[in-house]
Amino acid sequence: MGRQTPLFELHRELGARIVDFGGWDMPVQYSSQIGEHHAVRRAAGVFDVSHMCVVDLKGVRVRAFLRYLLANDVEKLVRPGKALYSCMLNESGGVLDDLIVYYLSDSWFRVVVNAGTRDKDLAWIRKHAPEFDVSVLERTELAMLAIQGPEARGKAAKLLSRVGAATALELDTFVGREIDGWFVARTGYTGEDGFEVMLPSSDAVRVWRELNSLGVASCGLGARDTLRLEAGMNLYGNDMDEKTHPFESGLAWTVAMEPRDRRFIGREALEAIKSSGSARKLVGLVLEDRGVLRSHQQVTVPGVGVGETTSGTFSPTLERSIAFARVPAGSGDRVQVDIRGKLLNARVVKPPFVRFGKAVVA
Amino acid sequence: MSNVPADLKYTKSHEWLRTLPDGTIEIGITDHAQHALGDLVFVEAPEAGRSVKAGEPCAVVESVKAASDVYSPVTGEVLAGNPELASEPEIVNTEPYGGGWLMRVRPAAGGATAQLLSPAEYEKLLQEEGD
Repeated sequence: MGRQTPLFELHRELGARIVDFGGWDMPVQYSSQIGEHHAVRRAAGVFDVSHMCVVDLKGVRVRAFLRYLLANDVEKLVRPGKALYSCMLNESGGVLDDLIVYYLSDSWFRVVVNAGTRDKDLAWIRKHAPEFDVSVLERTELAMLAIQGPEARGKAAKLLSRVGAATALELDTFVGREIDGWFVARTGYTGEDGFEVMLPSSDAVRVWRELNSLGVASCGLGARDTLRLEAGMNLYGNDMDEKTHPFESGLAWTVAMEPRDRRFIGREALEAIKSSGSARKLVGLVLEDRGVLRSHQQVTVPGVGVGETTSGTFSPTLERSIAFARVPAGSGDRVQVDIRGKLLNARVVKPPFVRFGKAVVA
Repeated sequence: MSNVPADLKYTKSHEWLRTLPDGTIEIGITDHAQHALGDLVFVEAPEAGRSVKAGEPCAVVESVKAASDVYSPVTGEVLAGNPELASEPEIVNTEPYGGGWLMRVRPAAGGATAQLLSPAEYEKLLQEEGD
């Protein structure tokens, strides 16, 4: 038995199938994974993401610490509440984890890291924090819900006070703030509008039930995976890890090489990779033949070389299979994927595949 | 609780068999199997004329989550794969024992057969597996 979130018993009561995810017992689906996927694309769904690790970093030099720790530059965060997506790299430029960092005040930032990497992330952060006199506090007492979909913000706001609802509905994308004792952020991992809400564990079950009664569907990690892949968002451990760097993981946009005088962990390695050119790149694939792409299938690029899918699934929105694949940098727009010994044709596309309910690849 | 019709035979790997009046055998996956797999999105049924062997993979069913092999319970020749499943794999979810059949096989004379379970034995297996 793994670790359980405050919502575990409710998931069981709602008929969820429970699986191990990074050491946690989590709901993978309730009734239908495809039904849950469509609920988020068309209306609203709620996910239990309480397994994710919320860490508060405090100290007068916390901004300098994060400018050193992260590949993206928290100097971009000028307004309190603003969030930034970043990789945390090792000295070789390998990705230790991807995370969201919130700027709360000049002496308080909050990061949210993956459940499966919690231990090594905390160890890494704690190893470097003392040099900057930064305190590291894991907020295990908080539950976290992701409420996602075109109707998600409107429905979630009904759970807040009148003033709180108005404040929440005015949040810009990628901004969060404390509202009615909760931390409400307009962020997500689905390619839809919505909130991620951190709240006291004791509120979680009541809030979930109220969302259900407002027509927000309970959604499991299965739908979360197909939604994020359609949205072109990487999954740590699948699409990048310590053996891969951001430039070959579709994450160059998250690395702030400017300003040049900012020292950060992994910078020297990335500069060397940049000057010689990355040998591989991460691309999106749309399968043209019948079948389903999965991770670790061999990709052949005619006349160029071979690569491998890193994530693959059936896309409920496109009603065909899609994937990410790491292929040689010189690959063109047509590849073949080996599925059980058959070479099937796939087209190379630039993710995302789906955004705000609509297909964005032909 | 899974539906286990009384007029079929079953395998430990969650296939069902129905003997048709002409002695040929219709094969599919059980209600328990389709439920465990979740929403099916792709079925690769065997083509007519193919030889299948008892206990060996004969078809592939894929849900959003994963791909699974289907094992032939008998040795013989495939008379037909279900043509509907190419465009509507979800029939396996909605009608696992009816429209969701995977293949019809003419058993080879004296051919091998996987160990078959009665409905009662299959229900017992499901209980042991915690269905």
